[in-house]
Amino acid sequence: MTETVHSAPGRFDAMLKEDRALTRLYTDAALFEEELEKIFTKTWVWVAHASEIAEPGDFKTAKVGREPVIVTRDRKKNVHVLVNRCRHRAATVCEVAKGKSNSFVCPYHGWAYALDGSLRGVPYEESYAGKLERGALGLRALRTEEYNGLIFATFDDTIEPLVDFLGPARKWIDLFMKQSAGYPMMTQGEHRFTFPGNWKIQLENTTDAYHFPLVHRTFLNLTDGETEDMFDLMNKGGWVEDLGHGHSVMIMMPELVDLEDGLDAPFPEKFSALAEELRSEGHDEAKIRRIVRAVGGAGFNLNLFPNLGCSAAFFRVLQPISVDQTEVRHVALGMKGGPVAANVARLRIHEFFQGPMGFGSPDDAEVWDRVQQGAQGGADLWLMLNRSLENEEATPEGTRRGDVSSEIGMRAAYRQWKTMMEA
Amino acid sequence: MPFLVKDTALLEAMAFVWLEADRLDHAEFEDWLAMWTPDAHYIVPVEPGTGEFETHLNYAYDDHAMRCKRIERMQSGVSVSASPVARTIRSLSRFRLLADEGQWVDLRCMQRLTEFRRARERTYVADMEYRLERGAEGFKIGRKVVRLINADHALGGISYIL
Repeated sequence: MTETVHSAPGRFDAMLKEDRALTRLYTDAALFEEELEKIFTKTWVWVAHASEIAEPGDFKTAKVGREPVIVTRDRKKNVHVLVNRCRHRAATVCEVAKGKSNSFVCPYHGWAYALDGSLRGVPYEESYAGKLERGALGLRALRTEEYNGLIFATFDDTIEPLVDFLGPARKWIDLFMKQSAGYPMMTQGEHRFTFPGNWKIQLENTTDAYHFPLVHRTFLNLTDGETEDMFDLMNKGGWVEDLGHGHSVMIMMPELVDLEDGLDAPFPEKFSALAEELRSEGHDEAKIRRIVRAVGGAGFNLNLFPNLGCSAAFFRVLQPISVDQTEVRHVALGMKGGPVAANVARLRIHEFFQGPMGFGSPDDAEVWDRVQQGAQGGADLWLMLNRSLENEEATPEGTRRGDVSSEIGMRAAYRQWKTMMEA
Repeated sequence: MPFLVKDTALLEAMAFVWLEADRLDHAEFEDWLAMWTPDAHYIVPVEPGTGEFETHLNYAYDDHAMRCKRIERMQSGVSVSASPVARTIRSLSRFRLLADEGQWVDLRCMQRLTEFRRARERTYVADMEYRLERGAEGFKIGRKVVRLINADHALGGISYIL
């Protein structure tokens, strides 16, 4: 890791105020490099959902900042996050996105590592004259912690435990997970797309209700009337809450915050065919109500700084690539062991809006791209983050909130950004 | 060398999917919609090699109603990623008739599509699998599967039909 500027409190005061920021935050390549070091290596970064590596031997590859990692589950079911770099001469030891294995063998000289990263085999070891310190040459392991199925890792051994980092966001994670309707939550594949823009543009978007009726007009026009009414976000009494540590939650549909409440409410007409199919499969009415109520996901987007969104019915994962290039993953979710018809319904809902060919995401990607293009102009002009600044209020839980289209979530993320960049 | 019956079927199938490609590149969407059987699906899977589409995540899994919506979206002028719609030029080649069962044929070929929009050019290469059903008016598409060579990696926004 190269050493960059040693900063001091106030260093970013001139470019980042509580309610606005200069566009340099999107365009300055040196700042981007600094973000990787000061944010992505020094905070909890989401790397996997437990269901992606459910069984011993399961693994997936991921990134923490720009560093390639392997997330594994060993024979004792412990999770490890290991830098995907051979300790001999640096080649990656795994190039498979997801799979099952007993070990990872470097293709260059055959060094072999166990699922916990320990070095197990070195071909022709006699040439090291017995002096190779195998015990010190395992794959580099990151500190790894899990909350309600969400697996995070960090390079920093000194930061707070994950539960403290999540703080009030934990309540919203627990609510989000209720959409698996009593079954274990599982991932059901993912869409990946890139857009030519800075990662923070997408970060902001997860709690931006203001754009929805405009950018997603075409989605609203093409969906059914019930869904259109459901997504009338500006008029439903929703709110955005600053959860600390850069996290925020945007409540879009207050009636769908707790999916275990309101189970007596009538089904939306659009799900009546699904309910009927579940009945014909012999599921009891209580279970059917629970599944159908949850099939479209929770009524909120939880934005976890810096790279995960628990967004209504899916995970949104950010991967910064360069100052003006970002990869986004939309991970579909479902019920492990749940009725196939209900999981299929969730897939079709996901495909309708999400991913590079959905009726929503390409329009998001287009406006983010336009932000990055526009940010090439007016270096002295501010990005305005002051919407609903005046009506922020304290909640009984001690957090702060604003109305549904408040930019309080963005202000929260940038406050965390500044704290970390100035540390 | 005289053509065999088998070759005639291949030539007919090639001519039909070339017509489909030409209609997509030239925005003749009403005619394109009429090229399908009522219960056919247009499918762009995420996982390479998968044969299970309905129970897996796809980029697109369109029945007739979804195909109509996709076209409506492209023509509405409301979708910012489809205003303007990307220019596309595609070519299909390497045709092989995998089966000819009389009522239907299975055709496999490759497609190379170039997209141009807002001064950016992108290319999408795919293996195409067509089930073509024979009827009184000739072929109809019974199923079209677009297997992008990079389906399990990051794509750009695609607000048109592959």
